[in-house]
Amino acid sequence: MADTTTGALRRTLNLARPDDAYNAIVEAHRDLDDAQCRAFDARLILLLANHVGDEVLYEALAAARETMEDA
Amino acid sequence: MGSYEYRHYPYTRPAELDGGGGRRPVVIVGAGMAGPTLALALAQRGVPSVVLDEDDTVSLGSRSICQAKHSLEIWDRFGVASRMVEKGITWEQGELYLHDKPVFRFNLQPEPGHKFPAFVNLQQYYVEEYLYDRCLSEPLVELRFRNKVVAVTPDGEGVAVEVETPDGRYTLGADWLVACDGVRSTVRHLLNLPYPGEVFHDRFLIADIRLLSELPKERRFWFYPPFHPTNSVLLHRQADNVLRVDFQLGPDADPEEEKKPENIDRRLRQMFGPDARWEHEWTSVYTFTCRMMERFVHGRVIFAGDAAHVVSPFGARGGNGAIADVDNLAWKLAMVLGKAAPASLLDSYCSERRAAARENILNSTRSTDFITPKFPASRAFRDATLALARDFPFARALINSGRLSVPTSQAGSPLDTPDDDTDWARGPAPGQAMLDAPVGREGGSWLVDRLGRDFTVLAFADQDTPLAGIPPGATGVRIVGDGLARERYDARPGTTYLIRPDRYVAARWRRFDAAAIGAAMRRATGNG
Repeated sequence: MADTTTGALRRTLNLARPDDAYNAIVEAHRDLDDAQCRAFDARLILLLANHVGDEVLYEALAAARETMEDA
Repeated sequence: MGSYEYRHYPYTRPAELDGGGGRRPVVIVGAGMAGPTLALALAQRGVPSVVLDEDDTVSLGSRSICQAKHSLEIWDRFGVASRMVEKGITWEQGELYLHDKPVFRFNLQPEPGHKFPAFVNLQQYYVEEYLYDRCLSEPLVELRFRNKVVAVTPDGEGVAVEVETPDGRYTLGADWLVACDGVRSTVRHLLNLPYPGEVFHDRFLIADIRLLSELPKERRFWFYPPFHPTNSVLLHRQADNVLRVDFQLGPDADPEEEKKPENIDRRLRQMFGPDARWEHEWTSVYTFTCRMMERFVHGRVIFAGDAAHVVSPFGARGGNGAIADVDNLAWKLAMVLGKAAPASLLDSYCSERRAAARENILNSTRSTDFITPKFPASRAFRDATLALARDFPFARALINSGRLSVPTSQAGSPLDTPDDDTDWARGPAPGQAMLDAPVGREGGSWLVDRLGRDFTVLAFADQDTPLAGIPPGATGVRIVGDGLARERYDARPGTTYLIRPDRYVAARWRRFDAAAIGAAMRRATGNG
């Protein structure tokens, strides 16, 4: 993965309690089947996309897509 | 079926069958919306034309019903737009529904201070009727009904068009042939020109009905309504108490089954309730394609409207795009015929209108993908957007049930003179359409009514001093005061815009400079 620090997307930790945040994301999906997970994630992505704005969004899309090469 | 009374326009035996006639500067194929509009725009510039149509009446079915402001402004120059506005339905409110619940309402009148509304709904047959009426009173336009083009042969300095009539065949010589003959263009087929593009498989059903009981007044769009739970429905009003109901059927629907009146009535009954009464006007099951020719100008044959490019109906970009095509073409063709511009000026028709068609196809494809998602994740995001829209205003902006036709950008056209001044905060840049505004004493007139037939130099000033140095072929318009016009044009005293005959901005400056205006006009006419 590109090791760039010049973009708007944060690549270092920005969560006060990372274990809590991670757990909260996972827990939010707990009783959902695959279709519901997809619906939930789509809502979450749209909410976050609007909040972070164009620049971070496009960088995050590119960064996430880049990691898909290993998936 | 239908309340509209189709007139049959008279066929007249063409003079060419008896050895008369003669070579024509322009022959237009197709008397739809674009062909007669082109003929009228040419007539205004003194260019006579013949319009050939194989039929003898107006559009069968309401077809292209959303007439955009930009088209109305073009038709207004021939005096037919007020009739259309009067007869049609001016859009006011729209409402979007998800399942059985309203998500939000929106105002379809974006801003005041324009002569024409953003949209008027009027059936295509009325638009054509009013255009024909105007053509019939115009000595420079000859409408020839039941004249079918059967062969097109380019010759060096023009085109020989072979035409079939009830009385036999004749040949018409033309300097220029303009094909406005629709998506299945005969001329394009005769010349064996390809029409590349994308085919969409979703089927849609249009049911035009005349309601005999109370009408919904607003435009409505439903995703997954109870009366059509798997897809979307669009409803809007037309003239004569006619409603257009557009049902998305999905790719696997059986068109013959869906078209049966009892099946349509069942859906409508659920939609309008037990007391509603209606009559069927017109029914059509359609799929659509997005296509564009690689070139719109082939020697002396020019293609316009659906013959040259075609989009999905979402956004009302078909008919309105066709009207913008012929408005772009008319002044250029008149100048080339009048030897005031080189024939290469028509290359800009191709490049500008291909850019417009690309923009229209992009917008219409995005709407199509939103309304009919093509893969599971696409559907998930579409549904998530709808689910968020009621409580989160940002999501409403993402709902794409059709991005409605506005004049496309032709930025970067070789006819434009790029900005030299760098302090423009807004205002239409070169390559953008001009903006209307109230002008004159107490806003008593409209800017669109002050523009010249050809080029216009729009000069903003503090005082109504006479304009000197306006080049020939341009009309000078001095704008004094006028808050809204100043604001829309980001104007200060001295600010000057050069507006093309098709009402696109060709150049603009912070100070009036006759030499710069002259140079920009030469460039905008291919004489630069």
